[in-house]
Amino acid sequence: MRQQLLALLTRGPAHGYELKQGLEQLLGSAYPQPNVGQVYVTLGRLEKSGLIEGEDVEQTGRPNKRIYRLTDAGREAVAAWFEDTTDEPRVRDGFFMKLALAPLSGLADPIALINRQRRQHLNTMRSLSRLAAGEDRDNKIAQLLIEGAMLHLQADLDWLERCQEELE
Amino acid sequence: MTEPGTPGNPPPPGAIVHAEGLAKTHRGDRAPVHAVRDVDLTVREGEFVAITGPSGAGKSTLLHLVGGLERPDAGRLWIGGERVDGHGEARWAVLRRRSVGIVFQFFNLVSHLTVADNVELPALLAGATPRAARASRAELLAELGLQGRENALPGALSGGEQQRVALARALVNRPALLLADEPAGSLDSKGTRDVLRLLARFHARGQTILMVTHDARMASAADRVISFFDGRIADDATLGEPAPARPGVTGVLDLKD
Repeated sequence: MRQQLLALLTRGPAHGYELKQGLEQLLGSAYPQPNVGQVYVTLGRLEKSGLIEGEDVEQTGRPNKRIYRLTDAGREAVAAWFEDTTDEPRVRDGFFMKLALAPLSGLADPIALINRQRRQHLNTMRSLSRLAAGEDRDNKIAQLLIEGAMLHLQADLDWLERCQEELE
Repeated sequence: MTEPGTPGNPPPPGAIVHAEGLAKTHRGDRAPVHAVRDVDLTVREGEFVAITGPSGAGKSTLLHLVGGLERPDAGRLWIGGERVDGHGEARWAVLRRRSVGIVFQFFNLVSHLTVADNVELPALLAGATPRAARASRAELLAELGLQGRENALPGALSGGEQQRVALARALVNRPALLLADEPAGSLDSKGTRDVLRLLARFHARGQTILMVTHDARMASAADRVISFFDGRIADDATLGEPAPARPGVTGVLDLKD
């Protein structure tokens, strides 16, 4: 969550709750809602490491709120984050290991494993379709996030099909 | 194996499609291809069933057998309770007109007929009055977002629009069964979404659908997904039950920092 919070702060100072809402609006309902406690803990750590600085603002009749702004070091950290390419998601190694070891264990049939895994993927795909249908059509970022998850799952399903062709 | 036409037990009540021991071998210049081997299949009224599998697995042949576009070498087949595996072309033509709508990957519209005529033709062939055919056509085209395109020729439409016309044509006689062979196979992602949305809508109103697709997104719109490998049913899964196990949707979407 560090990087998202830093990147959000490039558009101007904000307090913790605003940052949480900003993330929710941007990423839509498909993305796991950030936990407000986690947001505050992360902000505390970022402040300690000098990437942001906080300032308490008095509010009448309510506790003070702490407004955070990026420091120069924080701005550099965001730029470096954008500069880096991102690691590929890992192949589902948990399932792969089961598939590799099933025949020699004699305890599981590889084709049954593949069928069960396919059922799970198809059900997840169905849930993703429902999410996409329920998400605001104009929220391109949220729609792209769901579409990305679906395309990954499609690739996993294609791979299961290859496994089945080879192992049957 | 059973020769087509031999007696068998009646299909279970409510079965729109019921097949027992269906088999089809393609014999060409090369070695015979066992496209469908001894397949049992029941599709109940109101079900939306997808058949997936690698290309060459025989899934399209299975759909063609169910739609009477190919004849089985063996096995028994009922459509809507009617025994059909012994039907010749003429009886199949009547059955398809009345009870089985089909959409194909490449639309197969009549290129020199307008959109309106493409949709009305099967209604007229089935004996509807011109007025009733026009009314059904107008209702379906409106439903499918094709108002104003009635007088266009298919060639002037986008792929997605042509497939929607094909869907209207397939549904104009209110068939008990809709067969769809890779219905989004030649569409872009928007066209695919539209077809998917429309199939889901007709299904929600009770339309029985049997669809062949290699696209898992399409397949996951169905209630039931049959995995077809090497001419056989490898798995037959009812979706939506039980609830997907961990990690589920949020796990899939949980991006790393």
